[in-house]
Amino acid sequence: METYTLIILLLAATLRVATPLLLAALGGMFSERAGVIDLGLEGKLLGAAFASAAVSAVTGSAWLGLGAGILTAVGLALIIGFACITHRGNQVVAGMAITLMVGGLGPTLGLAWFNLGGQTPQLDGAGQRFTALVWPWAQTAREHPWPGLLYAELLSGQNLLVYVAALLVPVSGWILAQTRFGLRLRAVGENPHAVETAGISVTWLRYRALMISGVLCGVAGTYLATAASAGFVRDMTAGKGYLALAALIFGQWRPWPTLGACLLFAFTDALATRCQGVALPLVGVMPVQFILALPYALTVVLLAGLAGKTLAPRALGIPYAKDK
Amino acid sequence: MSRSSALPRWAEWGLLPLINLGVALALAGGVVAVLGESPWVAVKLLVAGAFGSQEGIGYTLYYATNFIFTGLAVAVAYQAGLFNIGVEGQAYVGGLGVGLVALEWGEAHPLLVLPLAMLAGALGGAAWAWLPAWLQARRGSHIVITTIMFNFLASALVTYLLVNVLIKPGQQSPETREFGPGAMMPAMHEVLGAGGIAFAASPWNIAFGLALMAAVAVWVLIWRTRWGYAWRVAGENPTAAIYAGIAPARVIIGSMVISGALAGGLGLNELLGSQHRILIDFPGGAGFVGIAVALMGRNHPAGIVAAAVLFGGLYQGGAQLSFDLPRINRDMVVVIQGLVILICGALGDIFHAPLLAMLHFWGRARRSATG
Repeated sequence: METYTLIILLLAATLRVATPLLLAALGGMFSERAGVIDLGLEGKLLGAAFASAAVSAVTGSAWLGLGAGILTAVGLALIIGFACITHRGNQVVAGMAITLMVGGLGPTLGLAWFNLGGQTPQLDGAGQRFTALVWPWAQTAREHPWPGLLYAELLSGQNLLVYVAALLVPVSGWILAQTRFGLRLRAVGENPHAVETAGISVTWLRYRALMISGVLCGVAGTYLATAASAGFVRDMTAGKGYLALAALIFGQWRPWPTLGACLLFAFTDALATRCQGVALPLVGVMPVQFILALPYALTVVLLAGLAGKTLAPRALGIPYAKDK
Repeated sequence: MSRSSALPRWAEWGLLPLINLGVALALAGGVVAVLGESPWVAVKLLVAGAFGSQEGIGYTLYYATNFIFTGLAVAVAYQAGLFNIGVEGQAYVGGLGVGLVALEWGEAHPLLVLPLAMLAGALGGAAWAWLPAWLQARRGSHIVITTIMFNFLASALVTYLLVNVLIKPGQQSPETREFGPGAMMPAMHEVLGAGGIAFAASPWNIAFGLALMAAVAVWVLIWRTRWGYAWRVAGENPTAAIYAGIAPARVIIGSMVISGALAGGLGLNELLGSQHRILIDFPGGAGFVGIAVALMGRNHPAGIVAAAVLFGGLYQGGAQLSFDLPRINRDMVVVIQGLVILICGALGDIFHAPLLAMLHFWGRARRSATG
């Protein structure tokens, strides 16, 4: 019984940690399947986190915060597009630049607007945050642990944005595999010249892919600042954008395997967090730094395990020049 | 970089980077205006803080020393076609090596300790770059992702060691005890003072000279040796390099190891020259400044030294700025850094064509005026 409760709680924590990773990874999937490396994920997450927390703090509405988060992330995606699509700049450098710039801009604007040392005010008013949605009879169901607790803790009681993220996995899969837009988007990541020959604009397709990535990163950043925590703090993404990118690569740029990779990262994180301060057999109490480093170490190991067998989009990272 | 027509060298190497920097500063000025401060006042305070006094110049060159090391590290990898985002972590682990030597043999003679510390710094940085390079060369793991992960891992490693192992007993903050007298980089004002030149006290130390020597060494390595030639060929055209018999794995591992070793130089300036103990996050983002410095300096040692001094001035002036204008903090410098990377690195060619057209127009106007 004890173990059962523990597992349920662990899985619920996994879902909460996985949500921003998954949203960002799915966003990166649209961008990268269209042939543009999305190293700006981290910056877009951070920008959206700041914008959503700031707007929610000022207006008192988490929904307006979400709107601001999405607008900010799309704006950043358009800057990357201007550099990488219009001016055929280096995509890795552009993503890095955006990430660094946002990392400085958030605390700068935060300090000037709120005077709290670069943070945004604590979001504690009603409606300032996205909170858990409790499903009907969840409290009653707890009295019958199996399967009641599963229902109460895992299915019910998650954040609205968690459900949105879960829903987006099949939706993204359907868009990429079934719709005309999705097929063209994948074609532009494999062979942009063929797409151009068919009379379709490579530039416009790639811009749209980047904007979709912006929207999803906007939701992910908003989740971090207004659902998982109550406000923006400096560097609060802590590499989640990069982990999402690693999950995308490990998931071979496909929605379901990417979901699996995100859940794996999140489960490691949740498990490690739970083991904090607990004496484990053989190793004893794990130092907190080891726990914090675990997802990053796992990323390195997983990517090394792929050993070059990647199904990356063929035109990924190559700027498209029309006149060739 | 295929270009139909080239700019004259002075425009390509001097004017274009300055235009790029000017645009980045203008955009940053826009942010300052949004914050409700006057960009002109900010620029005046910045320049006065960085270059207006001997002390300011000393601090500027002290910061610049870090950026020369990290800028060179980024550039060596970039010449070989690799984007090393892990310079921050390599500098952290390299600096750890420097610090450990300084703690262990700090009482010995400086002529013994300082070379040993240099070696340890280079080895630490090189080791932290070697593993991502090996993973890229042998396992195909993307070096950009792995070096980013190694930054986080370096941070966890050094924090763990400081908190649990190296901390000075009976102390709250995770710092080591102070190094012994043999492990101090002589300060520049003392050296100059010994030579009869009075200069205000600052953390500027002889590691600056080592950084300049490293810049010359990198120039020789990249443009005057077979290794450098092979790296540049691989960086320009990997396929041609393979046909020329250059093994990609050796290029990746060789250039990354040198890159990491250069990053390790930061510890000489920061720890031996200024802090005199190991403390949390001593690289302080210099690894990322190195990206901006390398891109602005066009990955050439001379350009890197110039760009590093400019960024040193931004850091020192930015510190001064945050004293005088409380609405602006040093994060503003990070914004400028990001803008410089964006404009010099990803939008590098945006002013190329207009500048070319302008120079043509001037040239024609002058010819028609004289002839």
